[in-house]
Amino acid sequence: MSTHAQTRPAPGLWERIRGNESWSIGDRIGVGLAWGAGLLLCAIAAAIVLYMLVRGLQYLSFSDVFSHPLPGLGETGGGFLDPILGTFVVAMLGTVIAGPLGVSIAVWLTEYARPAWLARAVESGVEIVAGTPSIVLAIFGLIVFQQSFFSFLSPTGEGATPLGRSFIVAGAMMSLIALPLVVGATREALHSIPRHVREASYALGKDRASTIRRVLLPASRRGIGTGVTLGMGRIIGDTAIVFILLGATLRFEPNGGLPGWDLLTGNGSTLTTYVFHNSPAGEGGQPEKAYAAAFVLLAIVLALNFAVDMITRGRGKSWTH
Amino acid sequence: MTKAAPAEGQPGDRTDQRTELVLGALSAAVLLLIAFMIVFVFTKAWPSFSHNGLAWFGGGGNVDEQLTNIFNSPADPGDYVYTLHAWPLLYSTALITGGAVLIGTALSLLSAMFIVEFAPPWLAKVLQPVIRLLAAVPSVIYGLIALLVLVPFVGNDLISGDEKESVQFVIQLDGTGLIVGVLVLTVMISPIMIAIVTDALRSVPRGWTEGAAALGVNRFRALRTVGLRAARPAIVAAAVLATARALGEAIMLSMVSGSHAFAPNPLDGVTFFFEPALTFAAAIVDHADELSVTPSGQTIYAFAAVLLISSAFLSFAGWVARRSMRKYTLAAR
Repeated sequence: MSTHAQTRPAPGLWERIRGNESWSIGDRIGVGLAWGAGLLLCAIAAAIVLYMLVRGLQYLSFSDVFSHPLPGLGETGGGFLDPILGTFVVAMLGTVIAGPLGVSIAVWLTEYARPAWLARAVESGVEIVAGTPSIVLAIFGLIVFQQSFFSFLSPTGEGATPLGRSFIVAGAMMSLIALPLVVGATREALHSIPRHVREASYALGKDRASTIRRVLLPASRRGIGTGVTLGMGRIIGDTAIVFILLGATLRFEPNGGLPGWDLLTGNGSTLTTYVFHNSPAGEGGQPEKAYAAAFVLLAIVLALNFAVDMITRGRGKSWTH
Repeated sequence: MTKAAPAEGQPGDRTDQRTELVLGALSAAVLLLIAFMIVFVFTKAWPSFSHNGLAWFGGGGNVDEQLTNIFNSPADPGDYVYTLHAWPLLYSTALITGGAVLIGTALSLLSAMFIVEFAPPWLAKVLQPVIRLLAAVPSVIYGLIALLVLVPFVGNDLISGDEKESVQFVIQLDGTGLIVGVLVLTVMISPIMIAIVTDALRSVPRGWTEGAAALGVNRFRALRTVGLRAARPAIVAAAVLATARALGEAIMLSMVSGSHAFAPNPLDGVTFFFEPALTFAAAIVDHADELSVTPSGQTIYAFAAVLLISSAFLSFAGWVARRSMRKYTLAAR
């Protein structure tokens, strides 16, 4: 929401003509409703933040953050160290896949886009991915990764068929909800680079590939950063995919013996499923733990939002002087 | 725009072609993925549709019982039970999504007008992060707060004992239900609409507003008759995006909307607003633990197939809306 100085009435337009225009009752009610809507939004946001802050500080304790959940699903007590780490693992996996893929798609769409019909199809394809509910992506992921071809990615059940649930599977599907954001932000950044910058690079004898690598990508760093951070926020806030694609356990449950890999192909939980599990809707039944974990989750998401602000600030640097 | 291109026949030409090929292949992979998604989900869902025919979308019987019967069907694949009349789910989905989008559109238009025209500059500056915040709060936190604050309030204070008794043989009224679901969903989908509509209102050419002012109308009238009308395509696009978001919201709705496959009846008067409802997305969450049973799994994939079709249709509708926007000078993002 940037300000468009050129398109707004000059300040003082309405002040200059004040008293000449007529105000009907309907118009007055309309203005009142607009004020009401604006203030309502502020009130809701303030209520959510304050409520979470009060509840979070009331129930959050350091021992919770640094202790493991209890192994049994119905037991009360235990902390949420594993869900916090799980959140980071899923976010990392998702962005590691979505980042390069999204940047590649954006570069191809803005710099090559040949043949045109394929480019248009890819463009609407990205849009369809963006519009697909994450719960549908989740159960699509379940069918894909239950194929025996992918059995190395998740624990196997009876008859050697993979369960289709693991950190790596969840991260792969999570990358799809971050992908449209990365593509969108990168494309916008690439579009804002004027043509003469590319032409200057070509004039120096560089071909397209090296222009992209040496000129265009470095210049769109901020845009890429914004997209990736936004995508990470989406991933961290998503519950549906983790709910379906990580097994019904709160603790890390490694699979196999390879250190590192056993974690990625094993099961666990994230903060979102921990909150869901401990809310009255889940089986955990520890609302105070849910509040504490939700507070941590909200803090992470708001910190990421702040990071986006920091990245976009100072973006005013322009190519034309 | 004609693209600048490097001269042909340079030494780097080979790598250039290779780069184009690799990037193009990666991009095309997205299309492949969508094709896979459609094929996989529909193949898996087919038995549920083919056993019920068009009656799948019709009414009749209790959906919760039908789902239980499907879950308990005999182990022999020949005897699988598939009978399902999913009308209550379809109706609940339309009701909750439609309700949230309607209220959300009104709220967004008013707040966008407020931000652009009426808010004092400092308040407009405050509202920007407020809207970003509302958009960023994870759905599970909305669900948690609604479930622990709003639901007890509605259940204990708004619903009278008489109302609970009047329907006690059919459903339990405990506060979770239509109204809480719709209201929380409205808060969740409004920020995205507000952002789009605000951008569009800001890009209304200055001369248009000045022209209206010259005719002696007030600020509100000028904004409503000139600004909002010029921003119509953007409003449609925003509503489409919000609908897609509302349609796919699963976790929050499964927490607060009652999780009871019931079709709220408007003839019940005020009670209508408190009756439970279950959307397709929430039904997938509620029955996720039944996915491993073959016929149940196929039924749940049928829900996903309906969602997939609806969201693809919405993407198409958004594309049409944006196409019609080209006629206007206002290009909305």
